[in-house]
Amino acid sequence: MVSETARAPSALLRRAQAFFRRHPRTERLLDRLARPLEIALKRPIFGCRMCGQCTLHETGLTCPMGCPKTLRNGPCGGVRQNGHCEVVPEMMCVWIKAERRSRWLPWRGAILRIQPALDWSLKGSSAWMNVLSGRVQKGGP
Amino acid sequence: MIGPARPITGLREALASGRPVVTCEIGSGDGADPEALRRRAHLVREHVDAVNVPDNTAGVVHMSALAAAAILAQEGIDPVMHVTCRDRNRLALQSDLLGASALGIRNILCLTGDHVIHGDQPQARPVFDLDSLQLLGLAVHMTRTGRYLSGREIKPPPDLVPGATENPFAPPYDFRPLRLQKKVEAGARFIQTQIIFNVERFAAFMARVRDLGLDRAVPILAGVAPLRSARGARHMRDHVPGLEVPDALIRRMEQAGEERSRREEEGIRIAVEIIERVREIPGLGGFHLMPIHWEEAVAPICERAGLRPALAGAREPEAAAVRGGVRGPDLSNHREQTA
Repeated sequence: MVSETARAPSALLRRAQAFFRRHPRTERLLDRLARPLEIALKRPIFGCRMCGQCTLHETGLTCPMGCPKTLRNGPCGGVRQNGHCEVVPEMMCVWIKAERRSRWLPWRGAILRIQPALDWSLKGSSAWMNVLSGRVQKGGP
Repeated sequence: MIGPARPITGLREALASGRPVVTCEIGSGDGADPEALRRRAHLVREHVDAVNVPDNTAGVVHMSALAAAAILAQEGIDPVMHVTCRDRNRLALQSDLLGASALGIRNILCLTGDHVIHGDQPQARPVFDLDSLQLLGLAVHMTRTGRYLSGREIKPPPDLVPGATENPFAPPYDFRPLRLQKKVEAGARFIQTQIIFNVERFAAFMARVRDLGLDRAVPILAGVAPLRSARGARHMRDHVPGLEVPDALIRRMEQAGEERSRREEEGIRIAVEIIERVREIPGLGGFHLMPIHWEEAVAPICERAGLRPALAGAREPEAAAVRGGVRGPDLSNHREQTA
């Protein structure tokens, strides 16, 4: 799939990944503990859907999973003239918000990165633990 | 073997020629009769380089785009098969791309797809396993690396020309050229735009596209469609998301009256005017006609606007000499990207 090559993980992350490779049961336990915490934090603020491969920082701190088509690479061609969603007319298009908010971020160029296809087998799991364990590489799997 | 009887020249060669390209979309068919499809295709084939067949447009069930494109390929017409992410997951998409290549279909237009909510069966479960960019990346990946997404080798790999779309008329307007840039980065070999009614907005979009240098990276075909009645124009404006129909055009269609010949004449005249104005915008690679269920309009539009296929000269030298060339934008930079 066309995507930027994953950034090399930091030394700390490499050690965490090595640790969790050796201790898969600890990883599973921490994943179970992290899930409710992640939901409690990210659902009220971002409307998190627990896709398990968080891309919030690259989509203007707007969860793309709120899009009825779960588009992770930008808006579809059906956005209404008032900026609302074609499927849910009362909802502002997720990508209108993402584009607007991304302008305020120091890393505003991140929205241009091509997001790889979702790994649906990770749905419901903790995105934090998936990064720590190396299941999801920051910069794209 | 069901494949095409002879090798087709079409979009790939037209894009490589550097001359303005003309494509046209026809209805894929509302029944099991291939004759109706062939009849529509023959109405436009002399005027275009390739013919698009849509994939369940607006979420309403039609004949499969794969089947319709295969029928066109048998006729010696180069099809552009629309592939949407709405109805198929990545497994089905990969097998369809492979099947398309086996049937002689090379051009693949990668789309997100209209949501089922606007279709005739809103109860259906929409899929959207991939989005249009990931689908485009998938088609490029299968062609270039000769491997499935899993990494398993494809023997032999499909030979595809993947294309993409962009809609300059849906917000966020500033982001549209950047989204096009993403599609070019993902490997799009041609771009077909949404229908242009608002030429000013399209010119602004193209200015930004030129700033980004995208017009030199990929041929962009400007979408044009004829209006057929004031009612149809109002329907497009009010009920088709992502389409912008200025009130001035609707007033013109209203003034043309209810009589069929007069309103159809006005619709064709507007389409030709739009083509003439869009042609002045630098950086375009040609035109993409979308005569929504009105394939008969393609011949008069092409004739009056002086549109002709890029390969017209190669196919029928005498006719090309008589009609005179289209004065399009400079396309010398458009070279087919290496696969």
